[in-house]
Amino acid sequence: MSISSTLPEGEKAVICIRGLRNAFGDENVQVVHNQLDLDVRKGEILGVVGGSGTGKSVLMRSIIGLQTPEQGEIRVFGENMIGREEDEAKNIRRRWGILFQAGALFSTLTVAENVEVPIREYFHLSPKLMDEIASYKIAMAGLPPDAGPKYPSELSGGMVKRAGLARALALDPELLFLDEPTAGLDPIAAQNFDELILSLRDKLDLTVFLITHDLDTLYAICDRVAVLADQKVVAVGTIEQLLALDHPWIQEYFNGPRGRAAAAA
Amino acid sequence: MATRGYRAGDEHHPDRIYRCVGSLTIARAATTERELDLMPDGMTIDLSGVDRMDTVGAWLVYRAVRDRGAKVEGASHEVHGLLEQVRQADKPVRVVPEEEGIGFKRTVSELGEYVVEAGQVFYGLLNFFGATLLGFWNVFKRPQQRFRLNAVVQRFDLVGVRALGIIGLMSFLIGIVIGQQGAVQLRQFGAEIYTINLIGRITVRELGTLMTAIMVAGRSGSAFAAQLGTMKLTEEIDAMRTIGVSPIEALVIPRMIAAVIMMPLLSFYSMIVTIIGGGIYCWIDLGIPPLTFVQRIQEVTPITDLWVGLVKAPVFGFVIGLVGCFQGMLVEGDAEQVGLKTTAAVVQAIFLVIVIDAIFAVFFSSVGWI
Repeated sequence: MSISSTLPEGEKAVICIRGLRNAFGDENVQVVHNQLDLDVRKGEILGVVGGSGTGKSVLMRSIIGLQTPEQGEIRVFGENMIGREEDEAKNIRRRWGILFQAGALFSTLTVAENVEVPIREYFHLSPKLMDEIASYKIAMAGLPPDAGPKYPSELSGGMVKRAGLARALALDPELLFLDEPTAGLDPIAAQNFDELILSLRDKLDLTVFLITHDLDTLYAICDRVAVLADQKVVAVGTIEQLLALDHPWIQEYFNGPRGRAAAAA
Repeated sequence: MATRGYRAGDEHHPDRIYRCVGSLTIARAATTERELDLMPDGMTIDLSGVDRMDTVGAWLVYRAVRDRGAKVEGASHEVHGLLEQVRQADKPVRVVPEEEGIGFKRTVSELGEYVVEAGQVFYGLLNFFGATLLGFWNVFKRPQQRFRLNAVVQRFDLVGVRALGIIGLMSFLIGIVIGQQGAVQLRQFGAEIYTINLIGRITVRELGTLMTAIMVAGRSGSAFAAQLGTMKLTEEIDAMRTIGVSPIEALVIPRMIAAVIMMPLLSFYSMIVTIIGGGIYCWIDLGIPPLTFVQRIQEVTPITDLWVGLVKAPVFGFVIGLVGCFQGMLVEGDAEQVGLKTTAAVVQAIFLVIVIDAIFAVFFSSVGWI
């Protein structure tokens, strides 16, 4: 049954988390995750939902190595991520792209230069080729060409997200992490962004780890949804499968007025 | 791995075929670009051996097709998809903003911009000065509601009390240096005893206040600019305005009061510690006992020197607070601005302090306090 948070034996997972424990505060009294298991399939868009404070962002930060967990095992592309040497970790980092919640664009660089940063870090390409790569990445992220020479402070909220996405796509990643990509966007921009992610996944063969609060996004593009509650992943499955469960938070989330409106859309 | 070479059955134009084998990705992009540049126009690119391709590889192939009339052979369905992807995304983008003009013309226009900007900053500073005075007047009129005692006391602590350690250490060391340098020079005339005059007068009249001002500008002027600048970026100041709290009254006035009141106190403290440092040097090196040193200091340092030193201090404090808060309020846009404005606050505050010190020096000598 696919409600389990782990995949059946034999199926290969892009991200594989076992027994994760994260805790904060003095003497780690505030436990965010405990015995958390999760698998992400290749090629899927996995939505991660949970109430505020259930540690969605902490989970993402643990996977990408910004937060060292107290216990547990995290494997990405089959490689163990915890306690890695910086050099080895770099080879794995090259294979994923991350869109942070607020874009996290480098404010002293233009959008096009931001896209070139990861390319510069890993490869020695001719300046002309690098500029061309930045150009088509910017176009793929749905930005108009005149956004290239602009600085982040000159962009609107939606454009910042698209520019962040262009930078996340710079190295043609296999795995894309998106932290609330549609938060703060108007409904039309959010819908366009959803469609953009879906089309990029299909065209570029991406696996997407998507943290969101946006019910419309969940219904529109997610293949499976993982629910974070009670310090672990309580269930993973399609929305229909989740609706069949009688977990109180899941019922309230999907059967509240907003959840029903999104389902009807 | 991409290779270039012959293909069976094409002996007539062996070099016109570029055959790619293996993966054609960003990792191979530099080599592939070089190899494609060496090929003649109108080449044929054979992609039948490619098992992995990313958008960068597709871009290189697409570019050869677009600019050099290359033909593509043996592309799989996925490869066709990728080529179509990059074709749709082919929209040239400028990487950096266009720069206007060149050479002499640009230099002149930049110089003009700087002058206009400097004028605007000065005008803005006068404006801010006026707004601050008005703020002071408002607070003075209705002190019960407008005076924020807690904020002021907190600033006293940050600007004054917490600066005692570093200003004390700095002053003590400067006292020793003045004593030592003075003694070395004056010994040549057998006039070491005048080292005491040197220490007493230069410290009380000039150095105590000036060094304290520089330290306060570096410590607190910069902090004012950074704090207000960050609050501006996070829209805290806008929020304050909409609630009806005047940022001048809530943020600027407490800082100004703290700077104005703490500067004379810190200056006096600095003078005393510098004299102690100089006294210890005189005791150890010149054999002048502390009691004699203190008596001599009293005799040779006129009380007017202390007034000269202390009158300047609140003025310096006012300037440091004003420039710090003003630069903080100028922050707009991004985080880099906070750094720039903080630097500007310190540089301008120290510069203004020295200019005002020079004006004071001329003034005091013309009123006969020499």
